[in-house]
Amino acid sequence: MNEYKDLRLTVASSPHANSPVGTRALMLDVLLALMPALAMAGYFFGPRALVLTLVSVVGCEVFEWLYRFLMKKPQTAGDLTAAVTGMLLAFVCPVTLPYWAVLIGDFFAIVVVKQLFGGLGKNFLNPALAGRAFLLLSYLGYMTTWVKPGVNNWTGVAGVADAVTAATPLAALHTGSLPSVSMQNLFIGNVGGCIGEVSALALILGGVYLVLRGVIHIRIPAAYLGTVALLTLIFPKGNDPVQWTLCNLFSGGLMLGAFFMATDYVTSPCTPVGEWIYGVGCGLLTVFIRYFGGFPEGVSYAILLMNVCAPIIEKYTHPGRFGVQKGGAKA
Amino acid sequence: MLHQFFGGVHPAGHKELTEGKAAAPIKEAPAQVVIPMSMHVGAPCKPTVAVGDQVKVGQLIGETAGLGAPIHASVSGTVKAVEPRLTAGGSPVMSVVIENDFKDTPAPSIKRRDNVGALTGAQIIEIVRDAGIVGMGGAGFPTHVKLSGAVGKVDTLIINAAECEPYITADHRLMLERGEAIIGGAKLLAKAVGLKEATIGVELNKPDAIEHLKSLAGEGIHVEGLKTRYPQGAEKQLIQMLTGRQVPPGKLPADVQCLVCNAATAAAVYDAVTEGKPLTQRYVTLTGGAISEPMNVIAPIGTPVSHLIKLAGGFKSEPERILFGGPMMGIAIYDVDVPTMKGTNCVLSLSAEEAPVQDPAQTCIRCGKCVEVCPMKLTPLFIRMNVNKRRWDETMALNVLDCIECGSCNYICPARLPLVQSFRTAKAAIRAEQAKEKAKKEAAKA
Repeated sequence: MNEYKDLRLTVASSPHANSPVGTRALMLDVLLALMPALAMAGYFFGPRALVLTLVSVVGCEVFEWLYRFLMKKPQTAGDLTAAVTGMLLAFVCPVTLPYWAVLIGDFFAIVVVKQLFGGLGKNFLNPALAGRAFLLLSYLGYMTTWVKPGVNNWTGVAGVADAVTAATPLAALHTGSLPSVSMQNLFIGNVGGCIGEVSALALILGGVYLVLRGVIHIRIPAAYLGTVALLTLIFPKGNDPVQWTLCNLFSGGLMLGAFFMATDYVTSPCTPVGEWIYGVGCGLLTVFIRYFGGFPEGVSYAILLMNVCAPIIEKYTHPGRFGVQKGGAKA
Repeated sequence: MLHQFFGGVHPAGHKELTEGKAAAPIKEAPAQVVIPMSMHVGAPCKPTVAVGDQVKVGQLIGETAGLGAPIHASVSGTVKAVEPRLTAGGSPVMSVVIENDFKDTPAPSIKRRDNVGALTGAQIIEIVRDAGIVGMGGAGFPTHVKLSGAVGKVDTLIINAAECEPYITADHRLMLERGEAIIGGAKLLAKAVGLKEATIGVELNKPDAIEHLKSLAGEGIHVEGLKTRYPQGAEKQLIQMLTGRQVPPGKLPADVQCLVCNAATAAAVYDAVTEGKPLTQRYVTLTGGAISEPMNVIAPIGTPVSHLIKLAGGFKSEPERILFGGPMMGIAIYDVDVPTMKGTNCVLSLSAEEAPVQDPAQTCIRCGKCVEVCPMKLTPLFIRMNVNKRRWDETMALNVLDCIECGSCNYICPARLPLVQSFRTAKAAIRAEQAKEKAKKEAAKA
């Protein structure tokens, strides 16, 4: 009586539907959101910026693939998380960094920081920032050579040694004075600095895209940028407070850090309240390092330090229990 | 004034497949119905008929033994077997198998009531009990028990017509076609527990139903349009949405002075009280990408799924999964001969594209989306971590027992981790341990 006897039905626990957005789609969105910043880098620093970024992306993907292959673990290179790491690591390096050096950074980020700790989701430091910290400690000279942005310098940058160098706005801020560039140039990124960090405009565009797409939540960037803005506004080191605040917000790696680094899923807290605390912590540390530290820039170390704090922040910020807090008994 | 519930997701609705299609009694009655003696929360019923007995539609065939609701024949004919049969739950359940004589002879006990207005609350509850009415949204809790427990305790009656599960439109059609029964039932339910008002909560993706109910509502019935978001129709979330109250852990809606009944349940109460009809048939949505002609039908309880699928034109492609219920909380069946039950609002046949097999090798990226969407404010990723390590005490400390298994976390997870499955594992383990401990204590006492 039954014509449907040879059906091969899957029996599984509910739910039987998944959101169309998987890990790979999220990572694609992050890569897409970084494109405006990459375009600006290409415009200001020339083709070498694009090539160095490509080398880093390919380097990270290859290291990821190779490690999983050699260790006979399920292949994960396709999830594109390594590509994001590669792109972000290139973004926090100067355009004149040798290709071999960025590959060393890639190796450290992917193999040491990420895979040796168990791979995606298990690393406790942001791989890209840890890679940068490693490069900064190992190759201080390469990592602190800043070239003058602009088409005139493109060929110089390509030849590395002939590039015209320039001070970064952060160097000025570190001495307690406003940088000599106009606010407009600072905002669009016509200044010296790392490949992907110079254009606040492009990074904000990318960040807003990520927030609107639901890839990241506004909490961490808002808390981070808000804290930096508030502190610099209150303590302007004798400068015009508004100018000083804007210069601090648009200089260095802050925008890149706030929208793309601090929001790294793996190394930031998973709880909403935790994200606020974490963002504020990043902001506090960034300003402290910029004000009192030996380096002009504090973003990467601030985020790395907060990475380490994420588990404990998370532990104490679990959401309240449904039906237990106020409103539980009767409205 | 509307409140908010926590979290939630927006799965694709797919309701367009059937929402415009009026429900009709099935064109061809099944030659045989299989009526399980357990279609409710509680103890299985005891069959009151034997092989060879003649039964009529609405005749009692199973009497309660403890907590439960009586069961009635859904077709007239001859009892062919009283034996365990496979049900959607996956295990055999004692069932009464009736061979249909296709005459639909009604039982003599079914009589129209003329004195409906004169009935007392207690009498209404008595009628609800005798009609075998249970929660028809899927939970299957005996309605008369719920009502008895609510008398004098509740100040708010909520009729759940949210129908937030994707694909299902049975309640939507019921609202359009039998709006007066839902409203009449709501009034009877209110009277049964000593209230004068009731609120019907409907998601805004059913504007025609909202408008229709509003036009029929009359005094004391409020129709609230709710912004579409899953799991709106979960009891605790609907209460929170409409009253702002949160049902405390391990407690019941009555503990926050609320009574929630499904729209189909309200209509069944109306039919039972006014027409004297016990619960023997219901609206069922037959849908999904693998079905040739998605439709809504009014089917006798106990109709084999294979019969319904045949009526819907069979499969147009090989089904990957067949579900009782929707894709978020539905139960996957593996045999198409299992019968529909009192709580079966949908038979969903998903194609391979709709329910792809997920790569099991993916890992948690700690994105926190599961925490964000959990309507019960749980931390699914941490619970899962502890389940994987078999740390039951930790999962309990993370309140895994509060989980309503709505599937929101599982749905949103970009790594497609089987979160709900791991919570079920934890719950079962914790309950087994609790039972063991209880037994130990009792043994010590003895």
